[in-house]
Amino acid sequence: MSARITASVYTSHVPAIGAAIDLGKTGEPYWQPLFKGYEPAKAWLKANTPDVIFLVYNDHATAFSLDMIPTFAIGCADEYRPADEGWGPRPVPVVKGHPALAAHIAQSVIQDDFDLTIVNRMDVDHGLTVPLSLLCGQPAAWPCPVIPFAVNVVQYPVPSGRRCFALGKAIRKAVESYDDPLNVQIWGTGGMSHQLQGPRAGLINREFDNAFLDQLIADPEALSRKPHIDYVREAGSEGIELVMWLIARGAMADAPPRVVHRFYHVPASNTAVGHLILENA
Amino acid sequence: MALDKPYMDVPGTTVFDADQARKGYHLNQFCMSLMKAENRTRFKAHERAYLDEWAMTEEQKQAVLARDLNRCIELGGNIYFLAKIGATDGRSFQQMAGSMTGMTEEEYRDMMLGGGRPIEGNRYVGEGK
Repeated sequence: MSARITASVYTSHVPAIGAAIDLGKTGEPYWQPLFKGYEPAKAWLKANTPDVIFLVYNDHATAFSLDMIPTFAIGCADEYRPADEGWGPRPVPVVKGHPALAAHIAQSVIQDDFDLTIVNRMDVDHGLTVPLSLLCGQPAAWPCPVIPFAVNVVQYPVPSGRRCFALGKAIRKAVESYDDPLNVQIWGTGGMSHQLQGPRAGLINREFDNAFLDQLIADPEALSRKPHIDYVREAGSEGIELVMWLIARGAMADAPPRVVHRFYHVPASNTAVGHLILENA
Repeated sequence: MALDKPYMDVPGTTVFDADQARKGYHLNQFCMSLMKAENRTRFKAHERAYLDEWAMTEEQKQAVLARDLNRCIELGGNIYFLAKIGATDGRSFQQMAGSMTGMTEEEYRDMMLGGGRPIEGNRYVGEGK
């Protein structure tokens, strides 16, 4: 028996959500509707805790400055500490890695022509810890090991949707060739529409976001051909984070997935929040 | 041959591409230094002296001193790096983003609560006029 990817989770990773959880504000009127939308996801994860989460996210000028900007970086370490992003580290558990599976995926995916950067020491920022908090709450330890997979979406050009989708397929193949029957989930994070800079800051595009969710479920191959400029123009300069969702979607089986949960909410700070759980049939 | 930059006609938006990153390297690395508590303290104690330790242009230093984030971005800054200045000042990401729009903090917060800035009229330069 080999490892398999059983499900994928998609969610925004807004830092203010982490702050709301850490400061005990989740019951406030501003935040209540958002956290209510994640209740089914928390119950689902409790009932379907995997052996490993492969978590696709982006670093926000935290572990990677302008000194080095890897397009795709896979964490192969034993553990990762929550980073001090300027406000002090989030009070969340240390993230335990899965170095054996991570190294296996790195070797397999690089042999499939994706030139990953291998990272053996790294702190992780809100991009990785906020999704965990949203689905796990405030546990003393995260429910399973996590393999961080960082994608450059800060300095343009970011990888294309097509490249991300193909990478997901290579990750699926890598997992399925691992000789240990692990239950693996892949999470794609970031987005949805938002712009944090310039006079157009605050942009939200509900129509774009919901069409993106529809197509991600039904026809990800076609969605993967969406050019960068469509994300920038329609979903805001930071909405381009959505290409990371295509990595997780590409790692799912070719057969249509089962939609377990879908949620959309505006706003969280400057951002539209989207969330989806897909299971392999 | 010049690089293809199809994003130059998106209004109110500066895409942080290779050219911007090159212009802003020292400015952004200065911001990065504010992730250490001792550097935040030194910067706050004497901003100008701290900035003079960096190979930034005078324009970049003036933009930082004025907390003019639009100008910082024009001069090569990236919002995720500039956010470290905001953190040092104790400002939220929403306060920082709002400060670039010409709106008051309250107006910006209300716009977000009302569903955000609409896409209609905000796709192309000149379209909304």
